[in-house]
Amino acid sequence: MPNAQDIRRRIKSVKNIEQITKAMKMVAAARLRRAQEKAAASLPYTQKVREVLASVASHASDLSHPLLEVREVKNIAYLVLSADKGLAGAYSSNVIKEVLPRIAGKENSSVIAVGRKARDYFKRRGFRIDEEFTGFSEKPTLQHAINIARSVGEGFKSGRYDEIHLVYTVFHSAITQKATSVKLLPIEDMTGADANPSDYIFEPSAEEVLSHLVPQYLETTIYGALLQASASELGARMTAMGSATDNAEELIAKLILNYNKIRQATITREISEIVGGAEALK
Amino acid sequence: MAKTIRLDIVTPEKMAFSTEVSMVIARTTAGDIGILPGHAPLIAALAIWPLRIITDGEEILISMCGGFIEVQPEKITILANCAELPEEIDVERAETAKARAENHLRDNNSDVARAEVALKRAMVRLRVAEHKKQHRM
Repeated sequence: MPNAQDIRRRIKSVKNIEQITKAMKMVAAARLRRAQEKAAASLPYTQKVREVLASVASHASDLSHPLLEVREVKNIAYLVLSADKGLAGAYSSNVIKEVLPRIAGKENSSVIAVGRKARDYFKRRGFRIDEEFTGFSEKPTLQHAINIARSVGEGFKSGRYDEIHLVYTVFHSAITQKATSVKLLPIEDMTGADANPSDYIFEPSAEEVLSHLVPQYLETTIYGALLQASASELGARMTAMGSATDNAEELIAKLILNYNKIRQATITREISEIVGGAEALK
Repeated sequence: MAKTIRLDIVTPEKMAFSTEVSMVIARTTAGDIGILPGHAPLIAALAIWPLRIITDGEEILISMCGGFIEVQPEKITILANCAELPEEIDVERAETAKARAENHLRDNNSDVARAEVALKRAMVRLRVAEHKKQHRM
């Protein structure tokens, strides 16, 4: 049986851990609210861009744009949005699991990593990482999205990739997030059901508008995904830290019970020793 | 009451502006257009230029950095990467951005296209801020 001193030390260290996980949970919860608001605030914009793009696409006679070009698929890149820091439960590994079966054993696929976790994982296992963007997974800004969009756009235009997929986590609620993969480039299926039926005048021309709109659409899509991913990350972290705090509490309760048992056993033993000693003196 | 048209300015961060206005003057990539209520449906790309909004004879300038305008007879939607009301503009920041962009332009090694865009944005912000100052006096 461990002695009382050891258990006391153990309780103290578990308490310290509990404090840390609790603090992390609170921080994640506070940031999650902000991230959720941001994700919600960007929705009308994203929808509108999609709508406008759809109506432009249905009117333009000649839909040629470097980012819309469908080629024979030789090289595929996966843009993977993961976390920069750990302690977020299975958040990053879920995203990685989504990517892994697609790239495992394939020569022609590469990874564009966003967030340190994805970068480290794929680097360690010898996958090709063409580019990495780190340091903003929790609070992405539009500028980050623009940088990523520019770089993947270039990669696609130059023919380095024939297809680019975006793998990120869709935020449903603080406890449910789902890793998903969507095809980012070439942009397909723009003439969706939400195309506005009214006849637009295009200034200066539908093609010109399209050429401005397509890069914008790419940026917006990436920005939306970044926001979803950051909300998911914080949600995952909050849940993970919440359950860590619960576990710590449970462990502390068990340890305290144990500690008391040992303490009482020692007292009982001491009393019986004293009584025994007194008896012997008679 | 004069006829009005609904104007929504949407940016990725927020709904920047949403109100009834009597006229909007925007600079598209092909030149200025004025939009009055009942305008035919139109989609145009915007240049980096202040957006002029006229409500009840008063004019407000909003700094914009590019984007799109979608017009329907009763509604104008502007999609912009950024949009700032005159009172939201950080003049100091715009000044430093302008200086930095000018430096980049002088320096041949840097990305000229990018610096030009940055310079334009800074100029638009300063212009809008200036406009507001003049009107207050």
